[in-house]
Amino acid sequence: MAIGVTDAPEKRKSSGSIINDPQVRGIFYQAITIIILAVLIYWIVDNTVENLRRANIASGYGFLNSRAGFDLGQSLIAFTSDSSYGRALVVGFVNTLLVAITGIITATIIGFIVGIGRLSHNWIIAKLSLAYVEVFRNIPPLLVIFFWYSGVLAILPQARDALALPLDIYVSNRGVAFPRPLFGEGAQYTLFAIIIGVIACFAFARYARQRQEATGQRPPVLWAVLGLLIGLPLITFLATGAPLTFDVPIAGKFNLTGGSVVGPEFMSLFLALSFYTAAFIAEIVRAGIRGISKGQTEAAHALGIRPRLTTRLVVVPQAMRIIIPPLTSQYLNLTKNSSLAVAVGYADLVAVGGTILNQTGQSIEVVSIWLIVYLSLSLATSLFMNWYNARMALVER
Amino acid sequence: MSTHQANFVRASMIEASPAPALESGIAFWLRKNLFATPQDTVLTIISLLVLAWLVPPVIQWLFIDAAWTGGGRGVCATIAQGGSQPDGWSGACWAFVNAKFDQFIFGRYPPEERWRPALVGILFVLFLVPMLIPKVPYKGLNAVLLLAVLPIIAIILLPGGWFGLTYVETALWGGLMVTLALSFVGIAVSLPLGILLALGRRSNMPVIKMLCTVFIEVVRGVPLITVLFMASVMLPLFLPQGVTFDKFLRALIGVSLFASAYMAEVVRGGLQAIPKGQYEGADSLGLSYWQKMNLIILPQALKLVIPGIVNTFIGLFKDTSLVSIIGMFDLLGIVRLNFADANWATAVTPVTGLIFAGFIFWLFCFGMSRYSGFMERLLDKSQR
Repeated sequence: MAIGVTDAPEKRKSSGSIINDPQVRGIFYQAITIIILAVLIYWIVDNTVENLRRANIASGYGFLNSRAGFDLGQSLIAFTSDSSYGRALVVGFVNTLLVAITGIITATIIGFIVGIGRLSHNWIIAKLSLAYVEVFRNIPPLLVIFFWYSGVLAILPQARDALALPLDIYVSNRGVAFPRPLFGEGAQYTLFAIIIGVIACFAFARYARQRQEATGQRPPVLWAVLGLLIGLPLITFLATGAPLTFDVPIAGKFNLTGGSVVGPEFMSLFLALSFYTAAFIAEIVRAGIRGISKGQTEAAHALGIRPRLTTRLVVVPQAMRIIIPPLTSQYLNLTKNSSLAVAVGYADLVAVGGTILNQTGQSIEVVSIWLIVYLSLSLATSLFMNWYNARMALVER
Repeated sequence: MSTHQANFVRASMIEASPAPALESGIAFWLRKNLFATPQDTVLTIISLLVLAWLVPPVIQWLFIDAAWTGGGRGVCATIAQGGSQPDGWSGACWAFVNAKFDQFIFGRYPPEERWRPALVGILFVLFLVPMLIPKVPYKGLNAVLLLAVLPIIAIILLPGGWFGLTYVETALWGGLMVTLALSFVGIAVSLPLGILLALGRRSNMPVIKMLCTVFIEVVRGVPLITVLFMASVMLPLFLPQGVTFDKFLRALIGVSLFASAYMAEVVRGGLQAIPKGQYEGADSLGLSYWQKMNLIILPQALKLVIPGIVNTFIGLFKDTSLVSIIGMFDLLGIVRLNFADANWATAVTPVTGLIFAGFIFWLFCFGMSRYSGFMERLLDKSQR
């Protein structure tokens, strides 16, 4: 909570000279700041215009429509070297989102496991978790990315003698190849069923809560949710004739053909960011759980609530309140750190922008696009997490 | 015949009997910490199995099978790869680190001039260590030596170009020396700048407040890479024709500005935690704004946020590795540069080099975090 700095009373009877009036002084200082800033900006703009004119660079965003002329290693949406710069940036943005979202999910899972592990009564688990945190927290993420990229993934076997894992997954120095699902006729009904299932789950959870508050009895939520989320789509899937086949990667003489391939760039970035951020999340989780006073657990036990329910209904909801704000900033950090992709050549927003910047020399425009995109991502994440935080926050009567 | 004796009264204490066998000793410790519940037992066994599967090969790879000495890639490559090791061999190539050690520390700084960075490094340690030990007196003098004298010596010695020293351009600097120089300057600039920004953000002059807030939020909202790109691509555009900035200096500016925004938020947290009464008390004593901040508020606020400040330092230290992306050769950059050395290119060279660099980074960061914990306990005690 912000505590206002009360510098001076609102209105002071100026007994002496006007120079000593804090308000007048304040206005004076601010005016000087504005003047200096204006002069500085004028000077910079003047220099920039002059420099751009000399270098023969037309400013403006028109270049976004011209032909890119380079290929991107991995893109979720169609991209060829004939596509425009604008589309290349969109591909970069999608790739940034992809690595950020998968990284956040993995980092959260590892982080929670390690964080809870650090509080374990089991000596060996606690020490292993501590070692994990101390190792990964104190090494630059860029180094971890290189470790995966040129240390581990680069010395995997060639594509023709790729390591074959179960489920037709192949691992080689070209990345991980896995079967790509191909959806046939009628697959959309399964998708509808999933959406209906999710909506029905929310409705059922609401009903269950109302019922519990009214009667004290809790309907079996777990079974209903499982049925709605898995059973309903499965029945639809089978009823429409199982319209799903897999494009399986096949080990050819020189290369793997078919299937989806996730390149080593993505893998190294994803692994490094997940492991690195997980170390920080683990510390946040530990601090959050330790922050709940023991009296809460003891009171719950005294009320006859079982240990497992105590954790779920008493400790975790309170700990989440402590955990969420710093967790948000870790998510933002991970998203920002995904820009390290440029070091291994994963085509994220910064890497694509850097290429465009080198080709066209439109540095101001490219940097402004970076700033806008990252600032909006930061803003969107913090808005979402603030909303979630407000839901979880202590409701005081 | 019955002689009724008085009840037995014991004159001496009974010797304390040892705890039951199950409640003491190694067996008890094991039972309590490793095998308390069936669940624990399963976890312990799984962890031990994982450790047994993981640790011996790693030690084997790092130390036993490693190639420690040698003058070229031959010692780290198998016969099939053109080396002397048996086929199927894999181990750390410490000979590579050994051969390149000087480069990892000094970069491509000319060998005959390396005494200059070495001297600055020795002075740095000499000035820093007494600064870090709380019991050593003359902190004021020490701070002047560390923060004023040392930078002047460094500016004279490192680039050279005067007093008969040959000029060494910053493009030749590299290795740990650049990492440390960037971090030291970054730390020395970002702390005061961060404090100013934090004060600005809490100022009641709307213009100052808005400027500081915008700066802090924008810088914190974007990745360091973009800030470095800005410093390396856009800064030359902003300056008049003919005025050029050294690449090293540009990176320095980028890293310092970036860290100061984070520092500002840490310091702001401390400022907010100081009760209003302290501000009002200072005002009622008739202190000016700067007296109030320097004498009353900041000493308390900074003490509160020491862990946060050190965390920002650690973050800054790790972030300096990013300058390798804009073409500078800090510790990570120089290690990677040497992967391309044909004389040492083997399958195990990159891993070994990265493990070495990682260990150095880890050592510094871990040291800083330990020291911050020590400081925290020390200050905590003095408050009670």
